[in-house]
Amino acid sequence: MPPPILDVRNLHKNFGAVTAASNINVSFTAGETVGIIGANGAGKTTFVNMITGYLKPTRGAILYRSREITGLPPRSIARLGICRSFQVSQVFVSLSVLENLLTAVAIASSPGLGMLRPLRRPELIERAERIMERYRIAAFRDQLASELSQGARKLLDIAMAVAGGPKILLLDEPTSGISTEEKQPLMDVVMEALKQDELTILFVEHDMEIVERYVDRVLAFYQGEVICDAPPAEALRDPKVQEFVIGGEYQAGGGHA
Amino acid sequence: MNLVRDRTVQGLTLALGVMLIVSALVPSWIVNQLLFAFSRAIVVLGLLVLWRTRLVSFGHALYFGLGAYTVAMTSRYTGVNDAFALLGAAALLSTVVGFFVGFIIRRYRDIFFAMLNLAFSMILYGILVKTEALGSTDGFTIEQPTFAGIAFEDPSEGKLALLCLLMVVGWAVAVGVQAYLRSTLGRLTTAIGDNEIRVEYLGYSAEHAIHIKYVLSTFLAGLGGGFMALALGQVDPDSMVNWTASGELVFVTILSGPGSVAAPFIGSFVFEILRTYAFEWMPHAWQMIVGGTLLIVIFFMPGGLWGLVSGVAQRLTRRRPAAAAPGAGG
Repeated sequence: MPPPILDVRNLHKNFGAVTAASNINVSFTAGETVGIIGANGAGKTTFVNMITGYLKPTRGAILYRSREITGLPPRSIARLGICRSFQVSQVFVSLSVLENLLTAVAIASSPGLGMLRPLRRPELIERAERIMERYRIAAFRDQLASELSQGARKLLDIAMAVAGGPKILLLDEPTSGISTEEKQPLMDVVMEALKQDELTILFVEHDMEIVERYVDRVLAFYQGEVICDAPPAEALRDPKVQEFVIGGEYQAGGGHA
Repeated sequence: MNLVRDRTVQGLTLALGVMLIVSALVPSWIVNQLLFAFSRAIVVLGLLVLWRTRLVSFGHALYFGLGAYTVAMTSRYTGVNDAFALLGAAALLSTVVGFFVGFIIRRYRDIFFAMLNLAFSMILYGILVKTEALGSTDGFTIEQPTFAGIAFEDPSEGKLALLCLLMVVGWAVAVGVQAYLRSTLGRLTTAIGDNEIRVEYLGYSAEHAIHIKYVLSTFLAGLGGGFMALALGQVDPDSMVNWTASGELVFVTILSGPGSVAAPFIGSFVFEILRTYAFEWMPHAWQMIVGGTLLIVIFFMPGGLWGLVSGVAQRLTRRRPAAAAPGAGG
């Protein structure tokens, strides 16, 4: 069995008297797609925030390729190859779509004094344009990010996260704020584009149809603990998951009884 | 795109050429006005860099004054009187102080960033006012400098030489800032203003980027202060370091607008003329005219004078093809 790309050991996070994460032990192998599910306040985003450096765990360790990254700032973790998108899209609203991606590509490829080189370099523009094509946002190339629809903004947010060529990508509710009809097409675009990068993908999602369709494995959270870690077919039929996450029996192909 | 082909750089170069010729022909009072205006413009250029990151400093007179006092004190206590050495020392000292203060400042945003700078400048003001060896409330006078060993006996020739040096240095720093703003680091000015979190998650420290911008602005403020000291021939705490001096710099930044590195030069010149005439017309209420102008700019010209200039230029270039159309058909 290959060594895990990401190994989370005995992770705890307390906010005063509230326990947001408790004794989380989980590892991820390269290339797998993992769905993180749980009711609101179950600890999903806290888990993502600890891995990406936004929150420092109260105790425990996070190892990326056997190197401890616990408590490193987000920029250092991003530099190592763990990037993320956000529940509420985090883009540069005053910049065009191209400039957003150019900034992301340039930061990833211009360490140190390279940051003093012009932003609009042909090789960077070419890379940014390739990413735009893959994420189907090339039509909005010169449009300001503030003028984009919710769906296009989500795609830009994810495209920016992968612009630096990460090894692990965490997507925090990629379909939140998107209409029911748009969810599946958006996820098709995202997963198709991500397939080319052979990433390890962890995504937080509330829509069980999306989870069932796209992931290899499900981590279910409840009150800060992982209550199930199994393939989707098994996880979505787990009694605890049905009681504490889905809120009823899961019907294959969507919805719950 | 090559910097030589940058339209702003081309415009600045053309303006420098014209101004070098014009400055030799204008009366000495205009030479003085240009000296004051362009000295301040260099400082405002630094504030423009901060403003593009949505950071406003109410205390850059700290570095402006440091630059000015470095020139005065170096000249007085070391006997060094060459403009190049004095200005170099002014820029260096303000940059070094800015570098260390920057470690504190870079952690703050919005009103805290603005007021923390003011707090530091007021400390310097207090020290200057209370210390006899630093000239106290009266300050110092400064001898006319030499220029790489060349001394001008006629003061007006000395002023003209200083103006030529100021314009060349002003051009160089404006081109430098333009190159910086086009760089990846420079483009982060807008990105950080929009969304610091995203910058961090892309792998770059927003605080580090702000620190660099801050140090750049302190270098420019010190340099501008040094020029102002040489132009005035004296330094004093009230006109160099007091909070009103910082307010004036913010005023000129708003008047100029953040649209171009050329804007501070236009804005500073307009401010200098406005203040001079306002003072002449209403010696006891000139602030009313200056304040009224600021209100007009804020309400009707959010892009400052540069917004007005570029708006007119855009309208003219849009009209040209329309005017040419009938001829093309005929």
